[in-house]
Amino acid sequence: MHNFEFVKPSTIADAIKALSAEGAQPLSGGQTLLPTMKQRLAAPDVLVSLTGISEMQGVCMGDGGLHIGAATPHAVVARDAARHYPALAALAGGIGDPAVRNRGTIGGSIANNDPAACYPSAVLASGATVVTSQRRIAADDYFQGMFTTALEEGEFVTEVVFPIPERAAYVKFNQPASRFALTGVFVAKFADGVRVAVTGASNNGVFRWTEAEDALSADFSAGAIAGLTVAADDMISDLHGSAAYRANLVKVLTGRAVTAAR
Amino acid sequence: MPKDTGIGASTKRREDIRFLTGKGVYTDDLSLFGQAHAVMVRSTVAHGRIVSIDTSEAAGMPGVLAVFTGEDFKEVGGNPAGWFIKSRNGEPMREPKRPVLAHGKVRHVGDAYACVVAETYAQAKDAAQVLADAAVIEELPAIIDMKAAAADASNRVHDEIPDNICFDWGWIEDNRAAVDAAMKAAPHVVTLELTNNRLVPNAMEPRASIGEYFPGTGDYKLTTTSQNPHLTRLLICAFVMGIPENKLQVVAPDVGGGFGSKIYHYGEEAVVLAAARKLGRPVRWTAERTESFLSDAHGRDHVTKIELGCTKEGDILAIRTETLANVGAYLSNFSTATPTFLHGTLMAGPYKVPHVYVNVKTIFTNTAPVDAYRGAGRPEATYSIERVIDKMCRELNLDPFEVRRRNLLTPDQFPYTTPVGLVYDTGNYQATLDKAIELGDVAGFEARRAESAKRGKLRGMGLSTWIEACGIAPSHLVGVLGSRVGLYDAATVRVNATGTISVMTGAHSHGQGHETVFPQIVAEKLGIPESSVEIVHGDTAKIPFGMGSYGSRSLAVAGSAMDRAIDKIIAKGKKIAAHMLEAAEGDITFADGKFSVAGTDKAKSFGEIAFSAYVPHNYPLETLEPGLEETAFYDPGNFTYPAGAYICEVEVDPDTGKVDVVSFTAADDFGNVMNPMIVEGQVHGGVGQGIGQALCENTSYDENGQLLTGSFMDYAMPRADDVPFYTVDHSCATPCTHNPLGVKGCGEAGAIGSPPAVVNAVIDALHRGGITHVTHIDMPVSPNRVWQAING
Amino acid sequence: MTKVTMTVNGTPVSAEAEGRTLLVNFLREGLGLTGTHVGCDTSQCGACVVHVDGKAVKSCTVFAMDVAGSDVRTIEGMANADGSLGVVQQAFQDHHGLQCGFCTPGMVMSSAALLAENPRPTESEIRHYLEGNICRCTGYHNIVKAVLAASGQDAGAMAAE
Repeated sequence: MHNFEFVKPSTIADAIKALSAEGAQPLSGGQTLLPTMKQRLAAPDVLVSLTGISEMQGVCMGDGGLHIGAATPHAVVARDAARHYPALAALAGGIGDPAVRNRGTIGGSIANNDPAACYPSAVLASGATVVTSQRRIAADDYFQGMFTTALEEGEFVTEVVFPIPERAAYVKFNQPASRFALTGVFVAKFADGVRVAVTGASNNGVFRWTEAEDALSADFSAGAIAGLTVAADDMISDLHGSAAYRANLVKVLTGRAVTAAR
Repeated sequence: MPKDTGIGASTKRREDIRFLTGKGVYTDDLSLFGQAHAVMVRSTVAHGRIVSIDTSEAAGMPGVLAVFTGEDFKEVGGNPAGWFIKSRNGEPMREPKRPVLAHGKVRHVGDAYACVVAETYAQAKDAAQVLADAAVIEELPAIIDMKAAAADASNRVHDEIPDNICFDWGWIEDNRAAVDAAMKAAPHVVTLELTNNRLVPNAMEPRASIGEYFPGTGDYKLTTTSQNPHLTRLLICAFVMGIPENKLQVVAPDVGGGFGSKIYHYGEEAVVLAAARKLGRPVRWTAERTESFLSDAHGRDHVTKIELGCTKEGDILAIRTETLANVGAYLSNFSTATPTFLHGTLMAGPYKVPHVYVNVKTIFTNTAPVDAYRGAGRPEATYSIERVIDKMCRELNLDPFEVRRRNLLTPDQFPYTTPVGLVYDTGNYQATLDKAIELGDVAGFEARRAESAKRGKLRGMGLSTWIEACGIAPSHLVGVLGSRVGLYDAATVRVNATGTISVMTGAHSHGQGHETVFPQIVAEKLGIPESSVEIVHGDTAKIPFGMGSYGSRSLAVAGSAMDRAIDKIIAKGKKIAAHMLEAAEGDITFADGKFSVAGTDKAKSFGEIAFSAYVPHNYPLETLEPGLEETAFYDPGNFTYPAGAYICEVEVDPDTGKVDVVSFTAADDFGNVMNPMIVEGQVHGGVGQGIGQALCENTSYDENGQLLTGSFMDYAMPRADDVPFYTVDHSCATPCTHNPLGVKGCGEAGAIGSPPAVVNAVIDALHRGGITHVTHIDMPVSPNRVWQAING
Repeated sequence: MTKVTMTVNGTPVSAEAEGRTLLVNFLREGLGLTGTHVGCDTSQCGACVVHVDGKAVKSCTVFAMDVAGSDVRTIEGMANADGSLGVVQQAFQDHHGLQCGFCTPGMVMSSAALLAENPRPTESEIRHYLEGNICRCTGYHNIVKAVLAASGQDAGAMAAE
């Protein structure tokens, strides 16, 4: 890995300043970034650790729902979000493995927007708001395809605010090697309708399955989607699953998530 | 009543203490004064002509001490294949030179063509990147698919080998016509085409080597991750670098697993020695896991068509196979033996099959070399046989348990000469089958299946009855079969003056527990505490010439050598006792750690004899030498033949294709068992690897020869939550008839018997669930493949 | 190079590090604590697991500077004060939960972290918790048994032999 200058600010303001340097890049939990740097696929000149910023840590209820600091590790979300938003807590508790969950953060996950990451599905299905060092971005505007988000150069996520649905569940089918989501479906039922977000499956990254949303908004039961089909056209096809297989998983897992929702 | 010490006791492992406290010393843990760091520069293309390598910029970078390319090793020898195979037409196998570093051409992604040595690892890594960028390699079309490789004479992995075929082997060629006739006459013929999936061994410790050179004496030292330091020394000295053997010490310290992949000599070992000599400093190299994926010898990779002729009642009349075996880009040391003599000779299984013929074409491709991986050839044979028998049962509507029982050899048939050249010494295959049926609660299966069905899962049960030939190997037999080395082993038993014992063994422990088990045997035979015995292994400067550990051979071969050496110690002790007790040698008996004059109460303890041997004030030196140290070399008379019956139960989720192994039962015959705890652990590990092969592990190259499964992100290793508790048993023991301990070997069994049991269970689950159009799914039976088979 | 200070196995330590120095390299090369192993480069195998402020982390995927000032525990710090094996270590020996020993430090550290969070885990909880630790030797059978035993449960009865 190339060498770099390591800085660890303790406030958002200092982090903004540090990230304005030439070649600077934010570091959150590092569980994806470090392996990428080892492969020399990322080579920042300055690495700005966000894990020392206390105002970006923690889980609490507040305006608009559940606020999760961007630097909050998955393990903390799994524990502290459980009474407020159990489906989200369960998702966090199923990412990677325990050691990864102790370091990896929600901000890092959604900033990277890996097409097989779990969190983007929760953010999108919940209609969450992504708060950054500069602005507030609606989930529907935030995710812009594989590894692509609305974040600008030097901008970083500071918090995510989740409206809390009446019922929700996330069901993930593991890629057998990496244990990322081969496909994962987050279903969230709100008073005004149902949102269904799918990760792992599409060449365009996390997406909403709107046909299922319509069907489930009318009838929130696994049977409601029985007649739907998922087109395989835009699905990822790789060693671990063909496009048709992933399309099948989208439907199977959506049904299971609806059944599991509470 | 279980014993608590000696042979048969589950003595806790003494080596665990250092491993559990972080005090093990693996190669990469060593830090030597003045050490420099080597990084290999590896090909990123599968097949290419090296046009030029401009090393000047890399050589001038900060900290860089030396740069090596293939040109630097052009004059030294090649890394040889250990087994010589003749084709059916009598022609010798094609043996391209395997250079230390590639020159002229690169032949697989990961083929090392240069090495940079620098003060720090980071500097070497930086310079290696610069060197790679400066190398001009003209990419050639990659040769990946075996059938295409053999059909296309224009595109060659090695320019001198026109059809990319190493050899076309028939076993036993003289029997071919008879087998063909038997097949033609058979009332029913079952045909199955299958793939034995290519695997990456993935010992958890990546390969590492440290070279040292001592200019004052001209001595070299290589510390390396090896299963057999003497073999490595022999290959480096006699074939590759020409260093006199008495000038090279090879040490394999704690080694973190091997599974075959650390048997072989690899080019990096020669490079660090050459670099150490050039620089006069220790030079170290440690593989990143990505390098392990690209450059460790892989395993399996057979494509086989098997035909089985039988009666309508399920009596097997003939077996005929045609196999394409991938050897990759170069011949690794055991690579020619694995698909032939470790595979074809097992194709009769544990069954009374009168006619068997095996054909294997071995193909060069632009992929990493393929060689022996846990089981080596025998899993491929077992998988083919057990899958085709299962298919026969389905086609003829026969019970798979009864069909096995009908065809298994019976205890009265031993010794039994198979139609593929082996003589099974002893066994009781019905007993292990009965034991597996009992422990696997076959009678209760239907109730379990109904319970699974309530949860929407399809439950199935699969059986495999298997045999292997191990304890590798009798030199006289393997010589006939083409081995260029003998495969005996050796032990020196040194009794120290105060009665403690050091055993220098040619076996190497990299997880097997020799440091614990070997003393159990010594203690039992000499009537002394296990704690008085220490095992020395892994250092050519300390141990007699031995062939190392693989092929489930440590106990059967090196353990037998140790047993013989102990017998010599006892014989010498009797001489000493006769002198001390003023009795005739023939009147001395040895029992319970005491040398006694028969029929008297005159006796000397083992300790007194040992002390006397080193304080020989009044020895009759003409007839009695001082000292108490003996060496024995043991060469077995035959292979050993462990066998067993495995039953696997799976649940299949028909909506996702996911397979869960819900129970696994292994009933084995390993002959006598020295330490049941360790034997069970070996079976657990082998079964875990076999389930991995069956369910998730796969090595995939794309058509350009890029490795798609080059890290744990894409190569699915079995994890703790992929496997159940296993039920294992080794009570149906028929001791080996030809080695002194009566042992058969247990290291590979689990990996040999388990894959077909798993796949048979999956097919069974689908059929019981009404999905009868699926007759076969190639391994790994991944969710995607199972779902596609169901919906195909 | 910058001097990085932290507490390792109860003792304050410092050593030189670059920005890119991983915690595992800091421990192995900086402090000579070679019990923590590197088995992969993608944060999958878990041979490098240590505790940072009481939590299991993969030390190959953390920069040393990012955990400066932390309390780090490694396999070398898991024995009892008198040098005898700690509870988890002893259970691994008693139940033959290791063979080649290479994954063992990470396995022990992960298992200890599990038991700190969940003193009486079920078999299934153990298997899931250890999914980030790859072992190639044991087939996991005896590792799971060892963790059950370390938690005071009857491992023999739960793992049908």
